[in-house]
Amino acid sequence: MSPVAREPLSSRVGRAEFRWAMLFIAPWIIGFGVFLAYPVVVSLFYSFCEYSVLAKPVWIGAGNFRDLADDDVFWISLWNTFRFAAFALPLGMIFSLGLAAMLHICAIGRATFRAIFFLPSLVPVVANAIVWMWMFNGEYGLLNAGLKVFGQQGANWLGDPFWSMPALIFMGFWGVGGSIIIFLAAFQEVPVEMYEAAELDGASSWQKFWGVTVPLISPVIFFQLITGIIGVLQVFAAPYIMTGGGPMRRTLFYSMYLYDNAFRYLRMGYACAMAWILFLLILALTLVATKISARYVHYQGS
Amino acid sequence: MSDLASAPNAPWLERKGSREMILQAFVFVGLGLLAVLFLLPLLWMVSTSLKPIEETMKMPPTFIPTSPKWENFREAVQRIPFLRYFGNTVWVSVLGTVGVVISSSLVAYGFAFLRWPGRDLFFWLTVATMMIPFPVIMVPLYGVFRKFGMIGTLMPLWLPAWFGSAWDIFLMRQFFLGIPKDLLDAARIDGATEFQIWRKIVLPVAAPVMVVVGLFHVIYSWNDFLGPLLYLTKQEKYTLSLGLQFYQSQSGGTEWHLLMAASVLMVLPVLVLFLLGQRALIRGITMTGIKM
Repeated sequence: MSPVAREPLSSRVGRAEFRWAMLFIAPWIIGFGVFLAYPVVVSLFYSFCEYSVLAKPVWIGAGNFRDLADDDVFWISLWNTFRFAAFALPLGMIFSLGLAAMLHICAIGRATFRAIFFLPSLVPVVANAIVWMWMFNGEYGLLNAGLKVFGQQGANWLGDPFWSMPALIFMGFWGVGGSIIIFLAAFQEVPVEMYEAAELDGASSWQKFWGVTVPLISPVIFFQLITGIIGVLQVFAAPYIMTGGGPMRRTLFYSMYLYDNAFRYLRMGYACAMAWILFLLILALTLVATKISARYVHYQGS
Repeated sequence: MSDLASAPNAPWLERKGSREMILQAFVFVGLGLLAVLFLLPLLWMVSTSLKPIEETMKMPPTFIPTSPKWENFREAVQRIPFLRYFGNTVWVSVLGTVGVVISSSLVAYGFAFLRWPGRDLFFWLTVATMMIPFPVIMVPLYGVFRKFGMIGTLMPLWLPAWFGSAWDIFLMRQFFLGIPKDLLDAARIDGATEFQIWRKIVLPVAAPVMVVVGLFHVIYSWNDFLGPLLYLTKQEKYTLSLGLQFYQSQSGGTEWHLLMAASVLMVLPVLVLFLLGQRALIRGITMTGIKM
């Protein structure tokens, strides 16, 4: 590694290096402690307490968790979140993989197309939500205007107990630009030599894509899946603004109910208990995804 | 990294004259149609922002406003304290971005180039915390800011950035590890302090990753809704996100032309950033998604 032999940490020079290190790390020691470690520990404590900010937290053991088990709204919000995730995540990934593959094939104007697909993912979530409320508007929305051209009567999408959820899932496709960029870059990083063996075997384009390209980028797909799980289970801002959880709690997501408990009903302990359940769910799903994909994910050099 | 957009297309594709031509044509048309669909909401937003209110309620709608009503923008800016919201958002973005770039690069230097006991353990602990969903820390974090008397001020939105962020520290450390150690050792032999090496050698070499981290943080701040929702109590402190949402919920969804005008104004800076920094943004996204 280093051509210059480094002093052991016990020496004078080593101690100087340690002091420098502490200086450089100092911001993060504070940041990690105050904004991360302390809140995590306290949150775990609160999850076993009744706590309303106004009074001191009171230990109630597993009380919050028992109450949650009997809380219908909790189950509704969990179910809604799973329903959303079960569609939004796989469909979004397939959609962005497909678009990335098309961009990869495309010989003309690729940079322009890529820029166009990427741009919407940068639109701030509030502007995004408001624009789509207008798109989905039952009376004057663009979507229904488009449907009318084909003689179809559109719904009042966000106000409809059935259509509000599909509408939110559909809107999500607009923001997959980041995934497209990642998948396209992954496609392009597959070394050309990898295709040579397949070519000698006389494989078709289709076979080469599925037999070589996709396995080689599987770690990237897997990473997108994991970050996708973490993100999609925490969905908050767009439905909060667009539907407020309605109609009939059909789009009340887990994070929204958690937020309501914490800052509207001031049931902070209850909210923390919900947060830890969410964390455990994310961990469990990540574990399952890891186990399942271990058979399919191909790491080079292993 | 070269811009991958100019890389040759799919090497797995058969080069069989006419068949490839047909496929290319299909893909091009498909991408073209999708591109129109992707642009449609933005165009619809701009279109609505230029219509008088009666025209927003016309079915079938006019896509190009019959006579563009630019006063909508003036009216939107006056209807809500837009400039104040805008100023607050700029304040939070700038302070947060400067903070995160300085602090994260310092910390990443400590993780990448200096030896100290427990370094690797602490680093992996840092990485592991990225799995923790925000709701877990949300309530106690609110308590921390309340104890500091910062609720209702903009400080909770930018102050934490000055103490580093796990994601940015990780990104910068990975980049730093690619810098040749000889460069640093040579400077050490010349008697440079670690701080001088950080400033004079590492920061200039790492400029690309600094730009990436900075750009991402600006976009993050501009976008952030939950943070302002949690910590801001007075309307004069609202950021654009919260202010626009507040206006939306107040207006009850009738003044779509003004809502769209305000949205256009909120998206505009992002668009400028996108046009100026597209390469860096794409490089950053690729870095985070692939080079793990």
